[in-house]
Amino acid sequence: MTSLVESLYPGRAAASAAAPDDPMMPRRYRIDHTRQDTRDTFTLELEPVDGPPMAYTAGQFTMLDAFGVGEVPISISGDPARDGPLEHTIRDVGVVTHALITAPTGTVLGVRGPFGTSWDVSGGAGGDVVFVAGGIGLAPLRPAILDLIAHRDRYNRVVLLYGVRTPEDILFGDELRTWARQHGIVVEVTVDNGQHAWRGRVGLVTQLLPRAGFDPRNTLALVCGPEVMMRFVASGLVDRGVPEDRIRMSMERNMKCGVGLCGHCQLRELFVCVDGPVLTYDRLAPLLSSREL
Amino acid sequence: MADEVRLLDLDGLQGLIDVLGARGYAVMGPTIRDGAIVHAPVHTIDDLPRGWGDEQDAAHYRLRRRDDDAIFGYAAGAQSPKPLVFPAEELIWRGRRTGEEFTVNEAGPDGPDGVDDRAGAASAAPYALLGVRSCDLHALAIHDVVLLGRDHTDVRYAARRAGAFVVAVTCSSPGGTCFCASMGTGPHPEAGYDLALTELLDGGPHRFLVEIGTPRGAEVLAAVPTSAAPAADVQAADDVTAWSVAHMGRTLATQGLKEVLYANAESPRWDDVASRCLACTNCTLVCPTCFCTSVEDVADLTGDVAERRRVWDSCFAEDFSFIHGGSIRPEIRSRYRQWITHKLAAWVDQFGMSGCVGCGRCITWCPAAIDITAEAAALRWTAQPAVGKS
Repeated sequence: MTSLVESLYPGRAAASAAAPDDPMMPRRYRIDHTRQDTRDTFTLELEPVDGPPMAYTAGQFTMLDAFGVGEVPISISGDPARDGPLEHTIRDVGVVTHALITAPTGTVLGVRGPFGTSWDVSGGAGGDVVFVAGGIGLAPLRPAILDLIAHRDRYNRVVLLYGVRTPEDILFGDELRTWARQHGIVVEVTVDNGQHAWRGRVGLVTQLLPRAGFDPRNTLALVCGPEVMMRFVASGLVDRGVPEDRIRMSMERNMKCGVGLCGHCQLRELFVCVDGPVLTYDRLAPLLSSREL
Repeated sequence: MADEVRLLDLDGLQGLIDVLGARGYAVMGPTIRDGAIVHAPVHTIDDLPRGWGDEQDAAHYRLRRRDDDAIFGYAAGAQSPKPLVFPAEELIWRGRRTGEEFTVNEAGPDGPDGVDDRAGAASAAPYALLGVRSCDLHALAIHDVVLLGRDHTDVRYAARRAGAFVVAVTCSSPGGTCFCASMGTGPHPEAGYDLALTELLDGGPHRFLVEIGTPRGAEVLAAVPTSAAPAADVQAADDVTAWSVAHMGRTLATQGLKEVLYANAESPRWDDVASRCLACTNCTLVCPTCFCTSVEDVADLTGDVAERRRVWDSCFAEDFSFIHGGSIRPEIRSRYRQWITHKLAAWVDQFGMSGCVGCGRCITWCPAAIDITAEAAALRWTAQPAVGKS
């Protein structure tokens, strides 16, 4: 088999097929605790049934399987440096996510992973870091924020710009206050629709960019949220002088395997599960400019 | 031409089938069923489509009686060998739940509990693939890169592939939709086979030049009566290849094609093809390099026994790109663009070669007569020049 590939396509040798691990087989994790964050968003805390805790980096995701129901890709939202339960923050949007968030404590789920590329916030060391989150996009960014906080002195001005629909959709509210007060992170929150009690900003998160105060020549920007929001934020950052390769975004596509084999997550030549989900804007800009690519 | 060649007659071909069967292979070869040439178990040379050829064109497939006895006198069959090593439906695992706990057992060629879960196989025997065309050989090599050559591998494909014995065949009667010569993938098998046959029907005895590709192939052939191949027959086999190269039904200009496709994502040509394409997924079903799959979770009525199955999927399916909120590609226009751009362009960046092997099946089996070579040419003709980075 190897000779076939070598002679027909030199330099593209097929890997040895001798007993490779099967990436389609799940590990079992038990739900330790389910915390309700907002009306439709819950955080699951998982412990492995057997074997060591999962080692992962900020930005990676797993394929979470509700037995007999289905499997979905969910970003890990926990602290990569902590030996604690594996956290996933999940929004109830369909059959599988509904099964995951309503499963009682003690239920065993299937977990495959971790998969994908990392935020690697350390790439911003020595400069400013801007986190821009939209809605549940704060959850995949949280591990990167915690990575930064663990070495806060390596970074200069650190800003979190967070946009949500209503004040009731704000995730990790207590942590936002801690990050602002104890870790020198400038946290700016804006909502699309505030009610009478909301005294904060109203408007799109892109409107927070002009006064965020980062030095675009020495900034790493990490952006996560709905794709339309990420596109506008990225182009807003570029307009302010941030180089395209200093803007990282977490992309989302339909995934059936998470390991580059099912083909569903392709964004032209990129497999979002293997080349992403964290991708730099210099690679993404030409791809995002065509509708329905 | 391989270093080692022999000559095989019809009795020898039967002998080859017998020897492979005796060695425990399930011999799968071309047979006629439902008016088409399809892979099925083969036991005697009478099972093969002797004296049959085919007419292929866009949205057109007919068998026709040849005026000779050629056994491999047709072009690409209705399916490649892909379904034999990459089945349309495959069990990944079977699981059982008790209370909050569940356990899963991995399924493979030997299945959980010793049951063979391979679709289409009557036993756990490895396949001997008889009559594999060069285009389909290249497709197998491409799948080896896609499914085995990256960070994560398809372990089930690996197992089936490792055991398969390949008897390739030089095309002597390329079809109306063939363009392997354009893609550099045929018509003569160059590598990756255990044995390769070139059928010779020049008025002399019905015989096959056999090229030996592997030690395994040599060992099997040694058990079959063969004779030395005279130089004239080696030349005759080269002539078959040369004739086939000169009689391809289609051509595809591949130079700069990736850049053209990347630069013309907004071409009006996409609306034109979208007005004809039915998104029926026939093309992806018959394509030997397509590899997209989906998973289905099936539980029994109690919900306590579940199976995860992997099934073929197609980028033409409306829900292929569905994420919460809707599909990324709801329009047929964007789905056709995705398919052809992936096949002829993105594939090159992903895997280092074109995804198209020029077998022509997508043209033949498209009910709307859409022709990938015509669409690529039309796009090139109406293209804006590629500017900057691709």
